[in-house]
Amino acid sequence: MQNVIVITSGKGGVGKTTTVANLGTGLARERKSVVMIDTDIGLRNLDVVLGLENRIVYDLVDVVEGTCRVKQALIKDKRYESLYLMPAAQTRDKMAVNPEQMKKLIAELEQEFDYILIDCPAGIEQGFKNAVAGAKAAIVVTVPEVSAVRDADRIIGLLSANGIEDCRLLVNRLRADLVKKGDMLALDDTLDILGIELIGVVPEDERILRSSNLGEPVITDDKSQAGRAYRNITKRILGAKVPLLDLEEDGGLFRKLFGRK
Amino acid sequence: MARLAKKTSSGIAKERLKLVLIHDRAGTSPSSNLIEMLKKDIIAVLTRYFEIYEEDFDVEIKRSTDSHLGSHETRLTANIPIRSIKNIGRNVY
Repeated sequence: MQNVIVITSGKGGVGKTTTVANLGTGLARERKSVVMIDTDIGLRNLDVVLGLENRIVYDLVDVVEGTCRVKQALIKDKRYESLYLMPAAQTRDKMAVNPEQMKKLIAELEQEFDYILIDCPAGIEQGFKNAVAGAKAAIVVTVPEVSAVRDADRIIGLLSANGIEDCRLLVNRLRADLVKKGDMLALDDTLDILGIELIGVVPEDERILRSSNLGEPVITDDKSQAGRAYRNITKRILGAKVPLLDLEEDGGLFRKLFGRK
Repeated sequence: MARLAKKTSSGIAKERLKLVLIHDRAGTSPSSNLIEMLKKDIIAVLTRYFEIYEEDFDVEIKRSTDSHLGSHETRLTANIPIRSIKNIGRNVY
């Protein structure tokens, strides 16, 4: 995929920020230099998901307003040398930044980093416009639910209207056991409806909650199925052909653990 | 198979999504208005054969419930008032 990727969804709460934290970490583990930009001004969260909330001095708004230099607002990750966060401002709103300023900032960051991941806020208003302004590709995150898939469809249309043609779908929080019972949209159904290329599937995994409690992305957790899925997605971003996780196996494990038929 | 799929909640979800997206895509296509594009194309074809009242031309996508099958469906309806029928014999198309 191209080097400037926006992670977006339309609907809130489907896992955009978790995805950014994990893929950013994943790319850094693959020895790439990465900056993650949180564009959710007023509702920032990427900092806490990464466990970097205590290190913020300057933010995105300070940078575009010229209060500080770009480098002063970049926070180095705890674990990975080549991973940086540019946090959103918490006490301002989406109107504090405009798409032109984002384009300029990204052009500058591209000189320094291999990959730029942009964490997009929910919605389709100014925050979305800012987040997509400098992006060259998109990962659309959805969960197998009617409302999230509907919003993803709308977002795919808007991305295309913004000239972003390389849109990949990430289906998050899939539960193989529910798909089997007929109570969750199957992967093929979701893909059939949305009609864009798949970048990966992340199974529902309680270790995600644990990881956000700790502020440590689950991708570093070898025991986690979601972590494995994120490692595979990272490789696909880098252009490798990695087969999908066998989610049936996970369903099997689930049944074993809970004694279901 | 289709009937079987409808019995599960995920099958119902898929059907509902397909229908709602027809409307979303038709009404809110960001780069262009699908209905307007369709209207233009229909007019282009129809005017080969008819003179129509373009200003009263009406196309819409409607959702309805089929009374026999009890299933939901989406239907494209066009209401096109005709002024006159062209004399095709005199024109070469």
